[in-house]
Amino acid sequence: MAGMTLAEKILAAHSGRPHVKPGDILDVKVDTAMGHEATAQAAPQFRKMGATKVWDPERVMIVLDHWVPASTDGAVQMHADIRKFVKEVGIKHFYDIGRHGICHQMLAEEGWEAPGDVIIGSDSHTNMGGGLGAFAAGVGPTEIASVWATGELWVRVPTNFKVEVSGRLGEHVYAKDVILRTAKLLTCEGGRYKALEFMGDTIKRMPVHDRLTVCNMTTELGAKTGIIAGDEVARAYLTGRYRRELRDPFPVSDEDAVFQEEVAFDVTGMEPQLACPNSPDNVKGISEVVGVKLDQAFVGSCTNARIEDLRIAAQFLKGEKVAPSCRVIISPASTSTYNQALKEGLIEVFTDAGAVFTVSSCSACFGGHIGKIGKTEVAISSSNRNFPGRMGHRESQVYLASPAVVAASALYGEITDPRKIGKKVAVPAT
Amino acid sequence: MSDPSKFQVVYRGRVHRLGDNIDTDQIMPGKYLTVLDRAELAKHCLEGYDPDWATKKARAGDVIVGGHNFGCGSSRESAPVSIKAVGISVVLAESFARIFFRNSINIALPVMVCPGISAAFEDGEELEVDIDSGVVKNLTTGKSLKAEALPPNIQHILKQGGLVEVTKAKLAASAAQG
Repeated sequence: MAGMTLAEKILAAHSGRPHVKPGDILDVKVDTAMGHEATAQAAPQFRKMGATKVWDPERVMIVLDHWVPASTDGAVQMHADIRKFVKEVGIKHFYDIGRHGICHQMLAEEGWEAPGDVIIGSDSHTNMGGGLGAFAAGVGPTEIASVWATGELWVRVPTNFKVEVSGRLGEHVYAKDVILRTAKLLTCEGGRYKALEFMGDTIKRMPVHDRLTVCNMTTELGAKTGIIAGDEVARAYLTGRYRRELRDPFPVSDEDAVFQEEVAFDVTGMEPQLACPNSPDNVKGISEVVGVKLDQAFVGSCTNARIEDLRIAAQFLKGEKVAPSCRVIISPASTSTYNQALKEGLIEVFTDAGAVFTVSSCSACFGGHIGKIGKTEVAISSSNRNFPGRMGHRESQVYLASPAVVAASALYGEITDPRKIGKKVAVPAT
Repeated sequence: MSDPSKFQVVYRGRVHRLGDNIDTDQIMPGKYLTVLDRAELAKHCLEGYDPDWATKKARAGDVIVGGHNFGCGSSRESAPVSIKAVGISVVLAESFARIFFRNSINIALPVMVCPGISAAFEDGEELEVDIDSGVVKNLTTGKSLKAEALPPNIQHILKQGGLVEVTKAKLAASAAQG
């Protein structure tokens, strides 16, 4: 019998089977079930199921992130419904406004996910947890309600796709550029229904925040999950943070595991990458798109708004002014990221430069809260998705890039190669 | 529990042919994510694709023929809910994004993968599909093709009327066992 991949091992362990293979349909037990504002839609479904309490209060966490603070009557009502539901069904871990952050960041930083776990969340970018070695996948509100009621869901074991990344990233080239490059190679359909496992020396050298960025965008490739095997880097991040006992050793793919597909690429010499309108797989090297005029630049979202991302943006904006023609919005990944940025003096750097630094939220990423863009406008964003209308009007345009490219572009009001603006930036390349 | 024997197996309707990568932002733009009312959602269905689609072009009983990766993007269930609220009876596509597919089944909107369907239909033609057999007919041209059969567990959810009913039965069964 062939060995198993990491994704298969996790699913086998959570369905009580010694061995699983792609196509098997399993009832899988869930380690953490996360809900964000979709909880407002899940709550009535939960009640209709006849459920009264969540299956395990230590495995359910709810966080508000999309409309923080509430901006519309609809959002006010959703938040009120969620607060009522949380009390009613015995949810202990609720991150209300002020203790909140973007849901995927909260799963990582509050210790809800670790190598070998199954993480299910009510948001498509739940895949981000794969950066910590978890089988992490998004579902809709009816399904998350069912998980809260039963602690499990059915999963068809996905086929496996190995993505092997080698080589050293150059100056101002980051994890975001690696995943954009992967999107170009695989397209938005190439990972559909699959488990993408990232390997190779480039991935092994990445700190946790970079691994989270890589796995976050596997959603855009259609993947069921994107995963990086847990190692000592993950263990160091999770020690003293993870709220359950860490597995030892962490599960990894067997040497004879079967990957139905694989791709390998070398990032040596790769230039910064951008996803051009209107799809995350419409990826080009920056030399092809420099000079595109911008109305807005956004550093934020679950993909790239961690403290490390804000430090990169600050290095470009420190002592400078953003272009008067370009609005610049910076939204931290969590309240603790906000506080850390405050301590490090980054907020002052941003506001002195003429950028807006906002409360932690999904912010301008999804076109439903703040920072929307108009019909003829063009934005550059460190977020993950640029389908038509994503950040506002259906005819507006969005370019996706790393925080370095966004910050460099903010200074000039046009897409700018961060390697060419003559600033010495002290961030070591990974 | 709804009666599975009453589940409609054969659907017939006028085709709306959509392209590849019709994502959830086009089906239900982010600004409507706080809308919970189905009638209101119906008015905005596919607004990001064509602002007139839901209000002027779609009729109850119509069917959607999608291209590749239909429903890619967000986990928002309001995307399939709005399609169902418009009265679309079934969605057939070359392929679906996984969360959209699951969400549709979970709310008992029939969705089926049907390779070759984009080329087999033009806008406005009449389609007939049998959910059990997967046989898809173009009643306008007389051509037929085959959709991929739905696995038994998915058929079960669809025929029970959605995941709410399935989980309800599961909880009731485990309560009865004590």
